[in-house]
Amino acid sequence: MAAVESARPQAAKLRWGELEEDDAGDLDFLLPPRVVEGPDENGIKKTTEYRFDEDGNKVKVTTTTRVRKLGKARVSKKAKERRNWAKFGDAVHEDVGSRLTMVSTEEILLERPRAPGTKEEPSVSEGLGPVQPGAVLMVCRTCGKKGDHWTSKCPYKDLAQPPETFVERPSTADAASAAPGGAGRSAYVPPSMRGGGERTGTEMSRRRNDENSVRVTNLSEDTREPDLLELFRTFGPVSRVYVAIDQKTGMSRGFGFVNFVHREDAERAINKLNGYGYDNLILRVEWATPRPN
Amino acid sequence: MRPILMKGHERPLTFLKYNREGDLLLSCAKDHTPTVWFADDGQRLGTYRGHNGAVWCCDVSHDSTRLVTGSADQSVKLWDVQTGTQLYSFNFNSPARSVDFSVGDKLVIITTDPFMGNPSTIQVKRIAEDPEDQTSDSVLTIKGPQGRINRAVWGPLNKTIISAGEDSIIRIWDSETGRLLKESDKESGHQKTISSLCMFTDKSHFLTGSADKSAKLWDTRSLTLLKTYQMDRPVNAVAISPLLDHVVIGGGQEAVNVTMTDRRAGKFEAKFYHKILQDEIGGVKGHFGPINALAFNPDGRSFSSGGEDGYVRLHHFDPDYFSIRM
Repeated sequence: MAAVESARPQAAKLRWGELEEDDAGDLDFLLPPRVVEGPDENGIKKTTEYRFDEDGNKVKVTTTTRVRKLGKARVSKKAKERRNWAKFGDAVHEDVGSRLTMVSTEEILLERPRAPGTKEEPSVSEGLGPVQPGAVLMVCRTCGKKGDHWTSKCPYKDLAQPPETFVERPSTADAASAAPGGAGRSAYVPPSMRGGGERTGTEMSRRRNDENSVRVTNLSEDTREPDLLELFRTFGPVSRVYVAIDQKTGMSRGFGFVNFVHREDAERAINKLNGYGYDNLILRVEWATPRPN
Repeated sequence: MRPILMKGHERPLTFLKYNREGDLLLSCAKDHTPTVWFADDGQRLGTYRGHNGAVWCCDVSHDSTRLVTGSADQSVKLWDVQTGTQLYSFNFNSPARSVDFSVGDKLVIITTDPFMGNPSTIQVKRIAEDPEDQTSDSVLTIKGPQGRINRAVWGPLNKTIISAGEDSIIRIWDSETGRLLKESDKESGHQKTISSLCMFTDKSHFLTGSADKSAKLWDTRSLTLLKTYQMDRPVNAVAISPLLDHVVIGGGQEAVNVTMTDRRAGKFEAKFYHKILQDEIGGVKGHFGPINALAFNPDGRSFSSGGEDGYVRLHHFDPDYFSIRM
């Protein structure tokens, strides 16, 4: 072990991500070398490396990271030296694919309590300004940036999809997707009686849709239908969303249902979102009826 | 801000500590391995392997070379920060709860829990320059308080020891003789167990958090109660900003109690209060479980929180944090 440690290059400026692993195994020569595509103008760095997994299959691991400069800090000389310390303990074999440290995809604000007389919270419109009537608001679902590009043109499409934090953003910022939110927050209106819905020919399709019903539990108390819709529509067209609301308090009772048009979308949604953290609670997403197979 | 999430621990976090320069963050958890991270980007530097029980507390020396950790496995271990090697282990007859280096790093306070008939103790041990010379002798042992001592720290200039614990009374002891100098007032003080204590950088005042849903600010010399900050849940962790007049308080329910209380009582945020006006500034949400540890970076520009969910969240403040007006 000691011999391996000293073989590690001691050059000052090497970042641990670019260090070659010394003890990766005997069959290293069979694997193509690691390729690092350096940070481009958006700060995206792609690292492609190969390794053998448990069954001996050759596995290609592509890690896309966004390198962002948070700001300048005055660092003491000792602190600079500590930056170059070798890893020890459980961190010795840390590779690029380690998911230990991640930047949150949600923007977290220091939420001020809204008392009379205090200023409003800074709105998260990201320098958009007032939206002119008739102008098109380009919203990208992947990175959440507005006015820049549509989802299919997103430069960050490989990165984790950030959930739209509806509960934290003021609703004015989402003018483009306000339509489904128009339905009442007051009383529950069954879909057959809602304005604008199809009347004829939907009975059969709706029945089939009920088999694609997904139950979502452990919702936070201010989750509503538009939030669930926004969260689940990325998996496919959603025919209906329902959130159980306590009529007395107006708060969500913690569960809801989402009906997908296609079964496969429902299946993917379950796999992806079960255990997903949403508004500080861990969601439970499962089939609403006993597994229809 | 975009907090950096660090999931290195598999069990709940117990304590967080920055080194003096603020470039390293040490985290202790119930999973037996204290971990050190870089405080700017959250990359893990290493772990200290050796403990066999939950690690309750840690402290790092002034020059960031020595780390001391107190654990439920009845030992307090001294480590070399850079390499992770264990230099010495103090063994006790009961779980060790709180550790604190003195100014100058020559002495360390260690508290042990009441266990199997042994009362809780506060012990002061000498730390030798050279680990080879290290012995287990106690310079001072104080036995006195009823119940568990959750935190004991040095007072200004190492003249006093301040302890707080389950009996909700803060005590100030003389560090040379071990005599009890002051006790906090029962009426105005905390009514339930004090879970956490944080000293201000110049040690002129300190903040305690208690399960009675409040945090209180005390003057160190006279032990007068200066301020009280009201929370709506038991307080597990407190921290004072070294830069602005802010304090941050974190709490939540123990996992045991969650099923017995209203579901809506489980929101987990770190609440910021104005230190002098006692008003709530705001909250930073994000943890999936109660917050057990809070620490401010010594430069006051970032802070980190550790939760029952095993995550450490490192927050670098946005520029508008520094211009908050009340």
